[in-house]
Amino acid sequence: MAIYPASTPYSERHTLSVLVENRPGVLARIAGLFARRAFNINSLSVSPTERPDISRVTVTADVEQVPLEQIIKQLNKLLHVLKIVDLDNMDAVERELVLIKVAANETNRSDILEIVRLFRVRVVDVNPESMTIEATGNEDKIDALLGLLNNYGVIEMVRSGSVALTRGPHALSEKVVGSEITGR
Amino acid sequence: MVSPTPLQAFSGIQKTSSNKQPVVSGEKMTGAQALIRTLEDLGVKDVFGIPGGAILPVYHEIHDETKFRFVLMRHEQAAGHAAEGYAVATGRVGVCIVTSGPGATNMVTPIADANMDSVPLVVITGQVGVDAIGTDAFQEADTVGITYPVVKHSYLITDAQDIPRVLAEAHYIARTGRPGPVVVDITKTAQTGNLYYSWPQKLLLPGYNPTTKPHGNVLHEAVKLFKHSYRPVLYVGGGAVRSNAGTQVKELADLTDSPIVTTLPARGIVADSDPKVLGMLGMHGTVAATAATQKCDLLVAIGARFDDRVTGKMEAFAPAARVIHIDIDPAEIGKRREPDVPIVGDVSEVLDALNTEIKEEQALNGKPNLESWWAQINAWREAYPMKYDETTPDGTLSPQWVVEELSRQAAPSTIWASGVGQHQMWASQLINFENQHSWISSGGLGTMGFGLPAAIGARVGSARDFGGKKPVWLIDGDGSFQMTSEELATAFIDNAPVKIAILNNSVYGMVRQWQTLFYDKHYSQTNIRDGENNENIINVPDFVKLAEAYGCVGIKATTQEEAKAAIKRANEINDRPVLIDFRVYKDAMVWPMVAAGQSNDTVVYKPGVQPLLNGDGTEGRDADSTQAATQR
Repeated sequence: MAIYPASTPYSERHTLSVLVENRPGVLARIAGLFARRAFNINSLSVSPTERPDISRVTVTADVEQVPLEQIIKQLNKLLHVLKIVDLDNMDAVERELVLIKVAANETNRSDILEIVRLFRVRVVDVNPESMTIEATGNEDKIDALLGLLNNYGVIEMVRSGSVALTRGPHALSEKVVGSEITGR
Repeated sequence: MVSPTPLQAFSGIQKTSSNKQPVVSGEKMTGAQALIRTLEDLGVKDVFGIPGGAILPVYHEIHDETKFRFVLMRHEQAAGHAAEGYAVATGRVGVCIVTSGPGATNMVTPIADANMDSVPLVVITGQVGVDAIGTDAFQEADTVGITYPVVKHSYLITDAQDIPRVLAEAHYIARTGRPGPVVVDITKTAQTGNLYYSWPQKLLLPGYNPTTKPHGNVLHEAVKLFKHSYRPVLYVGGGAVRSNAGTQVKELADLTDSPIVTTLPARGIVADSDPKVLGMLGMHGTVAATAATQKCDLLVAIGARFDDRVTGKMEAFAPAARVIHIDIDPAEIGKRREPDVPIVGDVSEVLDALNTEIKEEQALNGKPNLESWWAQINAWREAYPMKYDETTPDGTLSPQWVVEELSRQAAPSTIWASGVGQHQMWASQLINFENQHSWISSGGLGTMGFGLPAAIGARVGSARDFGGKKPVWLIDGDGSFQMTSEELATAFIDNAPVKIAILNNSVYGMVRQWQTLFYDKHYSQTNIRDGENNENIINVPDFVKLAEAYGCVGIKATTQEEAKAAIKRANEINDRPVLIDFRVYKDAMVWPMVAAGQSNDTVVYKPGVQPLLNGDGTEGRDADSTQAATQR
């Protein structure tokens, strides 16, 4: 069972939500694990959550099923990891934020604004030579938008990486035992 | 709605938490005093280490009244290996205390070694003061950062009040679940700060819940596989030793008539005198063990992890077998081979439950007849026993003979330690192990220099738990020994009278063997010239003089008579370490052997003899013929 390389261009996209203790060094442990187990990730975002003692890491990766299971098991061995959910099996809302600085002048500005309108995204800065667009959505939408804007010349761009929540009234952290993590 | 909190995940040091309640009950003391007191309250009896600047407050609190014995080593790496040897021999947690910077970086090797072999360690390192962290201060190193990839868990303590709880957690984490090393890096600030000490401490480990009890369904599945298996093999690894499961493994083997093959660390889990034990399998395993595994129809992996030195080429390993995999670490299951029945749990508990179910099943339906399987196994055993040439072309000793002679003369309760190399394989193959926990060797990491400090740790453990009645023999190579030979001083001064057998062939023997077989006999940088038999040329170091310089008894043996007498004398000396320099043949090779990356079907019993291949023995060096061999 060869698991390396874990990621290939044709592998399926997976989104993992990892609940971790909000403690120093957690990110280093997780990032180090991905690197040394040869697990290539597309995006990783870390943020606080509704509970002060818990942070949430959202990871997306193109990876085959077997190495994915292995990396979930390895993640589970980290003591600071409280819960891991593969969101592909669940009904979830996934969003990403991107800021795109496009080369825009008087000749093509209206064309670009048309695209902005079609995609229902926003212009947050305008300059005689450029325009900065803020867009949120799932990855496919943002990829499509970028594909169109590329024709005009993208000067600069930043993407936040995906974040995701399951639909419905429940929180992943409900299933985390004990909320005694604070007070350390 | 709770408002989001500042994120700590990116930080190196805990941000001051406003919601932390100050503790005011308990006995007031410094962090350093609390550290010593916690170790005492945890029942720690022996500690290994070396002092230094950033850990001095802790060493200042070690007195004559301190309830544990402190063993002062000569190198931090050795302190780590000694703690490992101690842990394996006694089943206790090995504890080391070393300083920051170089003290901590010297500990990385034993930490990695313990991580690979699942040895329970608590490694306490000093760290510069909180205000100095990140300033490249004198003897500052990011210990927690350096050790991330090789620890089970790690802590950085910046507040004295955390010391008792964190040490209690570290001790618990090290010894439970799949055992492993836990690093506790303690800033000087925390060592000198004040706290209120209370015991016992409440452990806060929400993300740590190891599974020890097996799931009922998988046990039924496993029983079913046994019921329909006519060629079962129990493949037993180090996890069974850590779980102290020798009795349960033997019971399972007796119930199901299954042969037992073991990995390197599991040697001795069931006594070699038991006819069901076929010995070690894999790269240098016995033909019977390797062959039985290749031909079995049910492979029961018990606390083993399908290491490449065991399996050879993974795709060709036990190709016809259904697999039951028992392990306490869920990540080991399916890592290298997908099992038919995965069982997560502590090996002892799983086997107790499994044995009960098998008994019930057998009471109803009897058990399969394995006569033809045992006939086949016994045929392999008779045709391909462990054999070697007792005489050598240059008249030096045969290293294998030396190992057998050591085993013949040793007390049955002897604890054996080894370094890494040819001598380690011969020791594993030729010593008669009668007890579990009596074989201490570096398996996964293959750390040369492991032997002497591990033997010292085992001897300290023998004194602690067995009244010193279990003698400790170290079988080492001249290369491996020289990596930590400074510990002869510890062995003498700290009263750890180990017996040392150096199989001195004057070369890095295992590397030389690979150079002979795979690198055109180009002996690049493997002659270390410490045992040239022409005395006029080079003989550095003179191991006898080296031993004497450290207060130990040194004996040289070049003939079988000298060797027998030397071993006899060594067994009679119990008040100081003894070292015997056995001059052995440099071109002796370890057989059987499976070349790295090849199928276990290509196992070479001795040059030109490949028992598991069809007739001519020349094929099997490539994938096609390997396939042909496995399809027979």
